[in-house]
Parts: sequence; C-alpha cells; structure tokens
Amino acid sequence: MSNADIYHEMIIDYSRNPINYGKIEDHDVTFHDSNPLCGDSIDIDMKIDDNTVSDIKFHGKGCAICMACSSVLTEIAKGKSIDEVKNITKKDVLGELGLENLQAVRIKCALLSLKVLKYALYSYLGKHLENNQDVDKLKEEAANLY
Amino acid sequence: MQSAQTSLENIRKDFPILGRTVRENKTLVYLDNASTTQKPNQVIDAINDYYKNHNANIHRAVYALAEEATELYEKTRDKVANFINVKNRNEIIFVRGTTEAINLVAYAWGRSHIKEGDIIVTTEYEHHSNIVPWQLLTQEKKAKLEYIGMDDNGELILEDLDRLLSTGKVKLVAFSLMSNVLGTISDTDAIMDKCKKAGVLTLIDGAQAVPHMKVDVEKLGCDFFAFSGHKMLGPTGIGVLWARKSVLETMTPFHGGGDMIREVHKYETTWNDLPYKFEAGTPNIADVVGFGAAIDYLTKIGMDNIRQHEVDLTKYAIEKLSNVKGLHIYGTKEISKRGGVISFNFADVHPHDVAQIIDEEGIAIRSGHHCAQVLMERLNVAATSRASFYIYNTKEEIDKLVDSLNKVARIFKL
Repeated sequence: MSNADIYHEMIIDYSRNPINYGKIEDHDVTFHDSNPLCGDSIDIDMKIDDNTVSDIKFHGKGCAICMACSSVLTEIAKGKSIDEVKNITKKDVLGELGLENLQAVRIKCALLSLKVLKYALYSYLGKHLENNQDVDKLKEEAANLY
Repeated sequence: MQSAQTSLENIRKDFPILGRTVRENKTLVYLDNASTTQKPNQVIDAINDYYKNHNANIHRAVYALAEEATELYEKTRDKVANFINVKNRNEIIFVRGTTEAINLVAYAWGRSHIKEGDIIVTTEYEHHSNIVPWQLLTQEKKAKLEYIGMDDNGELILEDLDRLLSTGKVKLVAFSLMSNVLGTISDTDAIMDKCKKAGVLTLIDGAQAVPHMKVDVEKLGCDFFAFSGHKMLGPTGIGVLWARKSVLETMTPFHGGGDMIREVHKYETTWNDLPYKFEAGTPNIADVVGFGAAIDYLTKIGMDNIRQHEVDLTKYAIEKLSNVKGLHIYGTKEISKRGGVISFNFADVHPHDVAQIIDEEGIAIRSGHHCAQVLMERLNVAATSRASFYIYNTKEEIDKLVDSLNKVARIFKL
C-alpha cells in the first residue's frame, strides 16, 4: 500500500467533519493523553448507564489519521456494554478505515484514542469494581498498545 | 554564477546519501537540516581511518597508537577554537551535544551558584534543551524561571528582559542565537549589552547558528556557548561547550570518573586541569576526529559563502511558498533576520499528514513541535511543518517541495 493511499475519501471526510466530537459536561469518566513525539492530544468523555456506554465524545488536536480513527472508535463504542468496549482491538479500528498496513511511525496517531478509551475504562472500573484483576489487565493492555 | 553552480554540484558529489532514491524510486530531497545534516565522504572517511589505523585510548598510554589518537583528538579542539574564534583552547569542552552542554552548565555551575529567589531567564522560542534543564534547576533551588516573550513577527520582546533585569535577581540569561523553528536570528548585540550592564552571565545556544553563519564567540562576549557537531556535517554524539575560564574555575565537576582527576584518595579527590576536569571517562574519540573533518570541510567552503547560499535559497523558498494557496509561513520575512529554516502550516491540514504525503515524493521535511512546545503554545498551534536548508540544497529541490505541496492541496481538496 502506498503511503499516500491512506488519505482516502473516508479519512479526509472524518478529519474535516469528525463524528462524536465535543465534550460531555456530565460525564461519568474522562481521560486525556497525548503523543509526546508529535503533540497529538485527545480527551475522551463517557457517560455510562447500566454497564453500557450510553454516550461518548472526544475532543483534541490531531492529524487526519488521528481524527478519523477517533471518530470511528467512538462510533464503535457508543451503545456497547463495558465488556464489549473492553474487547475492542486495534484491528477493529484500523480495519474500519483500511489502515491495517499503516506504517509503524503512524500507528501511534491511529491508536491514541483507543489508548485513551482503555485508560478511561480502567479509571472508571477502578473506582466501581471490587475485582481488580480485570482492571489491571486493561491498564496493561492500554500501556502496551503501541 | 556558473562557478557557483559547478561548486554546488561538486559539493553534492561529496554526500553519498544524496545520490540514493527513497520510496518509489524518488530521488531523496533532504530538507530536515535543522534536525541533523548529512555527512560528506570526508567526515565518513576520517572516522573510518581513525578506527582502521589509529584507534587507542587517549591521554595516558605511551605507545605510538595512543599518541596518534591523542593528537587527532586534541587537534580537533584547536580546530574548534579557531572556528568559533576562542583564544584559549582549554576552554573548549567536548560533550555529546548541545543538550549535554546546557545540562552541564545547569548542573556544574547552577547547583553552586543559584539560590532561592534567584531568576534564570530564557526565551519563548527555545528548544526544550534550553528550557528543561533550567526548570529542573530552578525547581530544585526554589528559584524562578522567567521568559523573554516573542512578538507576532517571531522576534524577542526585549522589554521583557529589561523588566526582569531590573529586579536585580537575574543570575543567568540563556537564549539561542537562532530559533530552530522560526529561524529568527536573535538580536544578540542588544541582549548582550543589557546583560553586561546588569552584570549577569549569559549562555548562548549556538546549535542552529554555528553550522550556518560565521560565529565569533569572543565578539559575542557571552560566558557560555553550546553547539552540536551533527548539525554541521559532523557525526552524532559530539558537541561543544565553551565557557570563559574565569567562570569554569568557579564550577564543580559534572561527572566524576577517569581523566577528570588529578589525584584520587579514599575519601577525597583533586581535579584535573581544564578542560579535562569536565571530560570524565573515555570520550567519543572517533566522532571528535570526524567532527574535525567537518570543520575542515566547512572552513574550505567558507562560512560567508554558506550563509549567502542559504540566504538565496530562503528568499527563493519564501517567495515560492507564499504563492501556495492556504500556506502560512511563521516568523519574519526579513531575510537578514532569519536563517534557512521555514516553518509553515497549510490550511487545516495537520503537519503530519503534509509530511507523509510529500514523503511519497522523496521529500524529507519535519512535522511536529520541533522540541519547542512553549513556542507552539505561543503560536497557538499543535505542530508545524518545517523545511530547513543546507549547503547541498538546490532551488530545484525547493521547486519539488512546492509541487508536492500542491499535491497535498489536491488530496485535501483545498
């Protein structure tokens, strides 16, 4: 795959008009992280009702890849149960945008929001669950995402 | 003009990497010289020759190889002193690079001279290497770090310096001779004049200036001067801290170990003479030798010729880039006030995306915060794209850059 081919219609559209972009003022959990190398910066807010992500929004600054992946990720997560969201993988996000073969240097752009989402869940579950084993696994997964 | 063209062609022949292709058979157009420069055969050969024929540890052994290695290493110290016009070669300290040089000052000078309530001044357009060491020091000492602001033209607001100096608490003013993002050349005469009148020490970060223009440290009149070898055709991992002898003599060592001692006893040690007191352990001998070859190369071309070449390229690039729709160039457009570094943003397209698309054409530019997040905050952007030139770059390469930016515009439907 040629590197310029990643800039297909869907990526450009999402980067111009990201979906689920914004803040949730009465969120149940929020998390922020950035990529130290490029300065991309993402916040994710979630509203959680009955163990389900009833609303999710993101905001921040990032390249087209980062914005498109954040849009897709929040769209995947919205309405899903916590267990389902816990199991969202890199492939789910990259596959949706045809970015499976993205070069290593751009992977961190694509997966920043997934990392933030995993950390946000970790932070939420850490406060609401007794069983920490699951939570630690989630944290480890987020830390080693890329 | 004809001869200038010929010499440019000859210069390019000295850099083997410029002959290679990248991606899909695209000739490499290397425009990230503010980050690091490519190396000519002369530098590569000098390092090779050192390892093949002269390698030994320096300063102690009496055998022939050690004598040759020592001579090669120390010869570069003379070349450096001559290159930046320093009278006393023993004031030249070899370090890993500008970052280590500034950390050395923050540690070995700062820890014994900075007290609670003191002020260290830096500027809004510094590289992280001239900010973070001062944050560490001032936090440890309960001192304060203050900034000379930058105006919308990318120039320093010297009234900020006046205001800070008038507190009487400033102990050091640390600033770069040329910004690594905007290319702005600092008004060194005015800054030095103010600091001298106030009796305040000065540190100049010369990492972006020394490779691109004639720098005369004696004339600058500062107390500390730092720069890196790899941004001026030399190898990575070698740089220089120059400091005035009278100041060096008030400093404690940076690292303890071999070569920096005179006598070591169980509980006390006396220090070696300058500069060795600050060069603990086996130094980066081979790269010092390579650095010497880089200085020879630049000296042969002449720093004034290099500056002129970059002025021509920068003028040409600013003119061409200004015609690209949606492209915004940061910093002053006055050529005499800037070096060959051009930072820009392109409508709403993120610099990362710009860099990736033009990489497809073999063009290497930098995208990101350029280790200057304080400046990015001041400009209110997350990142910029940056093209930076050197002796081997051509106007044709700038044309290629402009063409490829037009491709970005097409993909992003600007």
